[in-house]
Amino acid sequence: MLAKRIIPCLDVRNGKVVKGVNFEGIKDVGDPVLSAEEYNRQGADEIVFYDITASFEGRGVFLDVVRETAKKVFVPLTVGGGIKTVDDIRDTLRAGADKVSVNSQAVQNPGLIKDGADIFGSQCICVGIDAKKVSDKKWTVFINGGRVDYKLDLIEWVKTIEQLGAGEICLNSIDADGTKAGFDIEMLDAVCKSVNIPVIASGGAGKIEDFSDVFEKTGATAALAASLFHFKELTVGQVKDYCRNKGIIVR
Amino acid sequence: MIAVIDYGAGNIFSVKNALDYLGFESILTDKSEDLKNADALILPGVGAFPSAMKMLEKSGLIDTIMTQAKSKPFLGICLGMQLLFDKSYEFEECSGLGLISGTVDKMEEDNLIIPHMGWNKLEMLNECPLIHGLNEESYVYFVHSYKAKCEDKNISAYCNYGSRVPALVYDGSTVYGAQFHPEKSGETGLKILKNFGGLIK
Repeated sequence: MLAKRIIPCLDVRNGKVVKGVNFEGIKDVGDPVLSAEEYNRQGADEIVFYDITASFEGRGVFLDVVRETAKKVFVPLTVGGGIKTVDDIRDTLRAGADKVSVNSQAVQNPGLIKDGADIFGSQCICVGIDAKKVSDKKWTVFINGGRVDYKLDLIEWVKTIEQLGAGEICLNSIDADGTKAGFDIEMLDAVCKSVNIPVIASGGAGKIEDFSDVFEKTGATAALAASLFHFKELTVGQVKDYCRNKGIIVR
Repeated sequence: MIAVIDYGAGNIFSVKNALDYLGFESILTDKSEDLKNADALILPGVGAFPSAMKMLEKSGLIDTIMTQAKSKPFLGICLGMQLLFDKSYEFEECSGLGLISGTVDKMEEDNLIIPHMGWNKLEMLNECPLIHGLNEESYVYFVHSYKAKCEDKNISAYCNYGSRVPALVYDGSTVYGAQFHPEKSGETGLKILKNFGGLIK
């Protein structure tokens, strides 16, 4: 069987790793290539680079960072932020990314998912989603770094993107993000039950139990965290050892 | 010198990066002469079998590949591994290189997500130089929707995903095929590539 994946995410701005709380109050720390190498040593199953400014300031993706990392880190690399066109996808993959993550751009132009999947294969198209609860068992999709409610129903959206050929969903809970109170189990469960493509849980990881919890209570195939790993509160290795002891299959 | 065959299919740069990292001299090439001069060959590939086969035909390299693969270490990766077999049924019946006998068929597993994408554990079946030094808990990274069907004697390692999926195949002589991506499989993958490079005499 496939191992559950633990994925550190590196939010990058101007070539540096940053991590905000609820996308604000950004602290500047670290060289992304060195961070990626460290995560690789810790046993990360995949590494995500996210250009956090690109989606609303029109920045290009950080291809040099990706290129350098691809020379030193030999696990799958996913790159998101600011990918608007098929050419952006091509450039990102050529720099050494194995997958791209499209978010706001896919909401505004769902054709990007279909075109990307048709040309490069579903396996390299991950759709990132920022969603927030609006009423009981109802969530909507936000764009522009989680700042604008697109008033699009989350469950309808995940079904649409599966049909368009997305290979994977990275679901970030705006309510949980930055709180360290655990993953948004209710929302993840609802999404996992609505689609048959892998779902990565994102937002809210604060302690080691949160990881086993999300794998035991939802169909998520991977769990992503940024600040927890970035500020060395936990290592990827510790999380995997803990999950393994709980009987969860990890690499 | 390892020649990575560049016929237009796949992320060949990752393979090159891994070889560079391991300190193996390598080139990306579509020239028959380079294939003949190289000490070992790697055939990468991502995408669909029929279109990759067409690109390979268009490259004019098939005859060279067929003869060279029998005289020096040859490794097919992912779709490049599938191309080693006689035939595939991806979209249409399509002939492969026939370097290892077997076919390639659509994976169909109830209740399992296809593509088979992620880290899965290698189960060793038959001795092969590429798996030397790997431990029991060796996970490698897969991304594919079709799988090989071949005799057990050609399977060095498989993984379980609903049913058995041939992961590493070997003709017993010079031809190897990895369904997974060694260049994306962390330390285990690097070890496999290092073993492959170590075959160069």
